[in-house]
Amino acid sequence: MTNTTQVEPSSGVTSRPNFLRHIPWRSIAIVVPFLAVFIALSIGSPAFLSPLNIGNVLDRQSGMLIVAAASTLVLIAGGLDLSVGATYMFTAVICGTMIVKVGGVGGVALGIIAGVLAGLIVGIINGVISTYLKINPLIATLAMSFIILGATKLVSQFGKTGVGQIRVDVEEFTWLAKTKPLGVSLPIWIAFVVVVILGIVLWRTTFGRYVYATGGNAEAARLAGIRVNLVRISTFALAGLAAGLAGVIDLARTPSVPENDSIATTLTFTVLAGIVVGGTSILGGEGAVWRTVLGILFIAMLYNGFTLLRIDPLFQGIALGVIILLAVGFDAWSKLRSR
Amino acid sequence: MPNTASSDAPQLLVELRGVGKTFGGTSVLDDINLVFQPGAVHALVGENGAGKSTLSKIISGVYSADSGTLVVNGEEVDFGSPREALDRGIATIAQDLALVPALTVAENVFLGREPRTGGFLDRRTLRRQFVDLAEGTGFELNPDAKVGSLRTADQQKVEILRALARGASFIIMDEPTAALSGHDMELLHGVVRRLAASGHTVLLISHYLSEVLELSDNITILRDGHHIRTGPAAAETEATLIEGMLGRTLGSVFPENSPAAADAADVLVVTDLMAPGVNGVSLTVRAGEIVGLAGLVGAGRSEIAHAIYGAVRRAGGTVEVDGVDSSSSIPAALHNGIFLIPESRKEQGLVLSRPIRQNVTLSNLLQVATGGWVRPTREKLAARDMLERVTVAGDDRRNVSALSGGNQQKVLFARALQRSRSVLIADEPTRGVDVGSRRAIYDLIVDQAAAGIGVLVISSDVEEILGLAHRILVIRNGRIVAEFAGEDMTEENVLTAAFADPITKETS
Repeated sequence: MTNTTQVEPSSGVTSRPNFLRHIPWRSIAIVVPFLAVFIALSIGSPAFLSPLNIGNVLDRQSGMLIVAAASTLVLIAGGLDLSVGATYMFTAVICGTMIVKVGGVGGVALGIIAGVLAGLIVGIINGVISTYLKINPLIATLAMSFIILGATKLVSQFGKTGVGQIRVDVEEFTWLAKTKPLGVSLPIWIAFVVVVILGIVLWRTTFGRYVYATGGNAEAARLAGIRVNLVRISTFALAGLAAGLAGVIDLARTPSVPENDSIATTLTFTVLAGIVVGGTSILGGEGAVWRTVLGILFIAMLYNGFTLLRIDPLFQGIALGVIILLAVGFDAWSKLRSR
Repeated sequence: MPNTASSDAPQLLVELRGVGKTFGGTSVLDDINLVFQPGAVHALVGENGAGKSTLSKIISGVYSADSGTLVVNGEEVDFGSPREALDRGIATIAQDLALVPALTVAENVFLGREPRTGGFLDRRTLRRQFVDLAEGTGFELNPDAKVGSLRTADQQKVEILRALARGASFIIMDEPTAALSGHDMELLHGVVRRLAASGHTVLLISHYLSEVLELSDNITILRDGHHIRTGPAAAETEATLIEGMLGRTLGSVFPENSPAAADAADVLVVTDLMAPGVNGVSLTVRAGEIVGLAGLVGAGRSEIAHAIYGAVRRAGGTVEVDGVDSSSSIPAALHNGIFLIPESRKEQGLVLSRPIRQNVTLSNLLQVATGGWVRPTREKLAARDMLERVTVAGDDRRNVSALSGGNQQKVLFARALQRSRSVLIADEPTRGVDVGSRRAIYDLIVDQAAAGIGVLVISSDVEEILGLAHRILVIRNGRIVAEFAGEDMTEENVLTAAFADPITKETS
């Protein structure tokens, strides 16, 4: 029996004021720790609040934020995408290879388009196999990520002329990361725009509504006339597109093509961690993009704090793990409450 | 060792003395004094929110009383948890069953107290104990069947056996027959009687007044947390119970319901429909007509509804709405004017984690949106308008899970009203709904018909079908086996057709 702490649902006759129920616990759970760490770091390390440090942190997180915002939609719709990291690497390699092979401004344009498009296609495939082929999204995207990582190596061998990584030190391309409209780098601007658009889509559009309904109760959504599979595929497609965009942006920042599989894994898990810390339910149906942004930035801020305060980076992972457990535990607790 | 409690269970005299309970400043139970005599069936009736569940949860240790005392066999007790209540012999058979689907019947019954030899499950003893236990109740269950493969009715039996296996002698049953059809319901009634005859106390909470009157020895009426009266069932009738529960007379249970005009057009024409569980169904519903689909649970009524609505792939046949062929998909059905209110509002109807308002507009979001943008004001007004028509009050930004069963059902009706439709299919529209809301839902159905909509009502409650429908189709094995209208619409005719021996009938 799980319903030991339930309160009898109130009917029109006996509506009880339940103050606890009206407090937005999910939002508080990320906003308060975020502000607390922010203030603590501002006091503890004078370097933290400097525009240079903040700008650097945001610049480095821009790709992550784009992927995480889109992945939030996947999770809310009841899916899960473990392949975003692999896709991110895959698109970077495709983009880099195009630029190297074709060359010139045309090569850059073609590379960007090919990279983003490759992400979109991977996303659509993820969506189709996890809906129409009825393969559990966790397994489907896990398998896909192995396939994509393999494909990444194939493409990168094609792009390579000698040993070592593919370098795309082309002015026309790195420009993407170096320009700073209004003193803020272009990647931050792009991330900002993507996050705002996805946030509004989820909050205000019919599609956003369908995403929540699909994750909240897929059968009810289906019987209400919503094309549940199409909604889910669209969220996967968005996640793939976002991974493609992030791969291209980060390639312009580095600007050498990533070759280490652990980059993909780290990105996937950090994205998931940020979403969960932001209070989006892993079971679907609940969540918000703005809280994911805070979740990702919370983790980035924590890592930055470790560096600034010269704490052994060994503890970063431990701290993050504890935070994730707290976040998921809180999610379970609040579910119990709101029943 | 588990005792196979049938007649050797200790008798329990449970008393409530001045029990009160408050949630968040609102009194839910106030000064309740009750004595439950052992060996009797004691029913608890009242509207949703009257305090029935709270009262039963105080006895079963889920809640503790804020004031007053719970007395068991003359001894004051304060259960800290359902576990402690169970140790004293008080068990609850909940509405939502708590079984392990992957385990067998016998394993579920003895879950946590399986006979073991040297750390391993002793299957032979387990079976023997199970057979001993099951014999006492008359339940026919295969001990080796996986619980997940059983029908709800059988799962319920497993749950009851589990309570008995744990030596429970005071058994609380919360809406035990809500999910059962005729035959299983009769079986369960037999079990309840036998339990009482062997010295157990049964506390029955049910919305089915006929069931309450038939089964129980004593009936307690609660209203707004107050004890109205307790008396022998023989002294009550449905009318007196309803009056006690509502504090007023309800009038008739069913609204006035004038038949559809003789020249009304057919709004729904189904021809030779084939789908999983549907074996060639042809039916028509005219504008303003309420057609009842009767039959046993599992007879294929919901399957027919789903096939008409396009929720499952049709294997054959056609569905026409207002003369337009409707293809086998839900969006097409909605577009052509069919709306389905599904059987299970929690699993198939509502998105419980979302606000009431968004649940109302879910099927027709495009109407309150322009170019993919939801217009908040338009949505608010549309939802408020519909909720007013179905009489659901309060802030519609609350999650729909905060509403009572009856009000949740009304939210689904509000969703239906939000779409233009010619055909409304309501599958078990009043399951788990309290008396007051039930009448409101009947009114809604009759209003729909009066507005010229063809209504198809599916219900396991024969009285409900008889009270609402102009015409009744009896379903068995995914086929229409009988049709009754006018004078022929009697409970006997419907039940006979529903239960008729499939082999003798099949040849005709």
